[in-house]
Amino acid sequence: MGEVILQMRGIDKSFAGVPALKKAQFELRSGEVHALMGENGAGKSTLMKILTGIYRRDAGEVIFAGKSVVYTSPREAQEAGIAMVHQELNMMHHLTVAQNLFIGRETMKLGIFTDDADTEAKASELFQLLNIDIDPEELMGNLTVGRQQMVEIAKAISSKARIIIFDEPTAALTESETKELFKIIRDLKAKGIGIIYISHRMDELKAITDRVTVMRDGEYVGTVITRDSTKDEIIRMMVGRTVFEAPKEKSNVKADAPVVLEVRGLCAGFVKDVSFALHKGEILGFAGLMGAGRTETARALFGADKMDGGQILIHGKKVEIHTPQDAVANGIGYLSEDRKRYGLVVQKTVQENTMLATIEKYMHGILVDDASCETETESYIKRLRIKTPSVQEEVSHLSGGNQQKVVIAKWLVRDSEILIFDEPTRGIDVGAKSEIYALMNELVEKGKSIIMISSELPEILRMSDRIVVMSEGRKTGELSIEEASQEKIMHYATLREHESAAS
Amino acid sequence: MEKGTQQAARPAWKKLLQSVGMQKLIVFLALIAIYVFFSIASEPFRSKETLVSIFDASYYIGFMAIGVTFVIITGGIDLSIGTLTICTALIGGTLHDTYGWPIGLCLLAVLAVGLFFGLLNGLMVSVLRLPSFIATLGTMMVTRGLGSIITKTQSVTYPLASDVDGWYRTFFRSPDNFPTGIVLLLVLAVIMAIVLNKTRPGRYILSLGSNREATRLSGVNVVKWECLAYVISGGFAALAGIAYAATYSTLMPGTGNGFELDAIAGVVIGGTSLAGGVGSVAGTLLGVFIMSTLKVGLPFIDLQPHYQLFITGLVLIAAVYIDVRNSRKRT
Repeated sequence: MGEVILQMRGIDKSFAGVPALKKAQFELRSGEVHALMGENGAGKSTLMKILTGIYRRDAGEVIFAGKSVVYTSPREAQEAGIAMVHQELNMMHHLTVAQNLFIGRETMKLGIFTDDADTEAKASELFQLLNIDIDPEELMGNLTVGRQQMVEIAKAISSKARIIIFDEPTAALTESETKELFKIIRDLKAKGIGIIYISHRMDELKAITDRVTVMRDGEYVGTVITRDSTKDEIIRMMVGRTVFEAPKEKSNVKADAPVVLEVRGLCAGFVKDVSFALHKGEILGFAGLMGAGRTETARALFGADKMDGGQILIHGKKVEIHTPQDAVANGIGYLSEDRKRYGLVVQKTVQENTMLATIEKYMHGILVDDASCETETESYIKRLRIKTPSVQEEVSHLSGGNQQKVVIAKWLVRDSEILIFDEPTRGIDVGAKSEIYALMNELVEKGKSIIMISSELPEILRMSDRIVVMSEGRKTGELSIEEASQEKIMHYATLREHESAAS
Repeated sequence: MEKGTQQAARPAWKKLLQSVGMQKLIVFLALIAIYVFFSIASEPFRSKETLVSIFDASYYIGFMAIGVTFVIITGGIDLSIGTLTICTALIGGTLHDTYGWPIGLCLLAVLAVGLFFGLLNGLMVSVLRLPSFIATLGTMMVTRGLGSIITKTQSVTYPLASDVDGWYRTFFRSPDNFPTGIVLLLVLAVIMAIVLNKTRPGRYILSLGSNREATRLSGVNVVKWECLAYVISGGFAALAGIAYAATYSTLMPGTGNGFELDAIAGVVIGGTSLAGGVGSVAGTLLGVFIMSTLKVGLPFIDLQPHYQLFITGLVLIAAVYIDVRNSRKRT
């Protein structure tokens, strides 16, 4: 680690009178990877937006390379050497890779014409430097998300950045892409660039960061050296209390619990020959790496994607599921990993979302019976402890955890027997997480059955009664909770096709 | 490195097709097909005069379409261009008829009015963040009303080619009847194609149409460039006004409604996506020529002009379908 290149001190910021940052502070050295942690709403993004000139601070001081600075636009910050790789990739899909890289600072010919040949050559050079193989003439939209992110990083580097901010960079990456990313980050570090790393993934901190700064409720909590601190310590700093995350010790499913759902030889796209059974009152965990085909399996089962082959049996009877309507009619509810896109109509109210799948049961002739809808929604708000000012609140104003509860409420109103939770706690802060867990346990106690897809092994181990492991579109293993361990799951999750036949 | 050799081997024709675009190729072939069809179906269609009338019908729609292409690329829409075209021409004509301004000055005034309303639209959309559909719908009504107010609902006559002040008509038709307007249209189209593809304003307009927030975060002044797209649209509506005045001598206040839809249809047929981020001036011109060839050609096979609407509608739906299918394939 080199000398201090960035110091943010006493930063205040409020929005419409509501304080988002209170005396926040942050320090970065050159050649350091410094994690910024905190629950959602802790103020990480706001602090970074102040640093990059998107927001203006109300008070405090930012000292960059020895000078006190105020940036009024992202461009100013960029020119000064502060670049950000955004969580939602900021790409122009219709432009080429090179055009994306040099947007806003194109090389010009004769003063007025953009010189694409020159920017393409510069892009090639840059990619060579980073050891990544991307065609600068390719349209951005044709690249995978991982590759697009590489371009974003290249963009940050090409702007001669001295500080690069990564906002949840691995959220959409595959395992191998993550490895590639970490290699690039280490290279950047060796070049003396300071890196601010925002992530929710604890295991990544150990792998890549030097120091961790934790924020809570817009305030600075503390900074620790990664290698001298434990995961629990950091979590404790984030939540201000100890989180108990012990794995489940034994299955809670009764030995004679009937099978409610059986899937035989399901094929869909690259998903091949997946079979499993789900018992009454069971949480069946689906573990695996990103891209293992778990979501695809769930979507095919739910009728959202076409099933190429296989059978679905509910209570031992063969059923045909071709559309989500079929699935819902058969008592299956699906809670997507991407709530905002597939789970909720975020501009609508809590009540409208809750009743969305069941509205035909609450009709007076052709008119919606709003009164009974409201009573019903209110009972679920109470039961699920959804924090909302009223049933008429727009869902977009709720926190991630409460939005997830609204989706759960939607399927409970529908009286779904089988619930598929796809990454139930993604983007949800630690406190709300345990509430969702408690809720899931309550549901299975009441006789619902749950399929839970999760990429977080601690979550799988804490919640599941049984675990199905997938890899590359196939089921590679099945473990009871008693025999499961992180190591065993990872073993099956990394099995290749030819190996799984032997296991 | 395996991939690198693969790229080098990417055949030249594929590269050409990527840069020209599948849709433009289809539209071009469709234009040829339509022209050949009329030529076979009707002997009199195969004349130089018919070609000239196709050109005549292309000028004002063509100018509007070139301008509004830029707005549509930003992901917006400009509904005011039809009435703005007539409004600018009415104002210019009134200055000439009633106030006796020399025609040169009148034409400059026409341009100024077009640019002014373009700027107004641009500011409403980029600074005030009004939805472009609503903002320009408002301007559409304002300009239509303004034309009537200024002319006191009287029609306006532009000087004829034989008049002293009729020199401006040679921009569109030379004294020996050569359709100079087509040259003007093509020259402006080439210039605007270069502006779109080879200059910063064009690059930023494409970029912000593809992803406004990303472009903003890249340090590009999106407010300025988005506004510029509407200014271009307004300016070209004024050029369309001049073209209209030069092609048809008498202008009635209260007309111009619906011109914008012809222009927008041409743009969309030419492959510019209403979702923004994709578009070309060449495609727009092809789209406009399809419109004007249909307009001029249909009477030759004994179909009344209102069939043009019917058939253009079908062509438009087909074009949008191709666009939607292509973009779905891309994602």
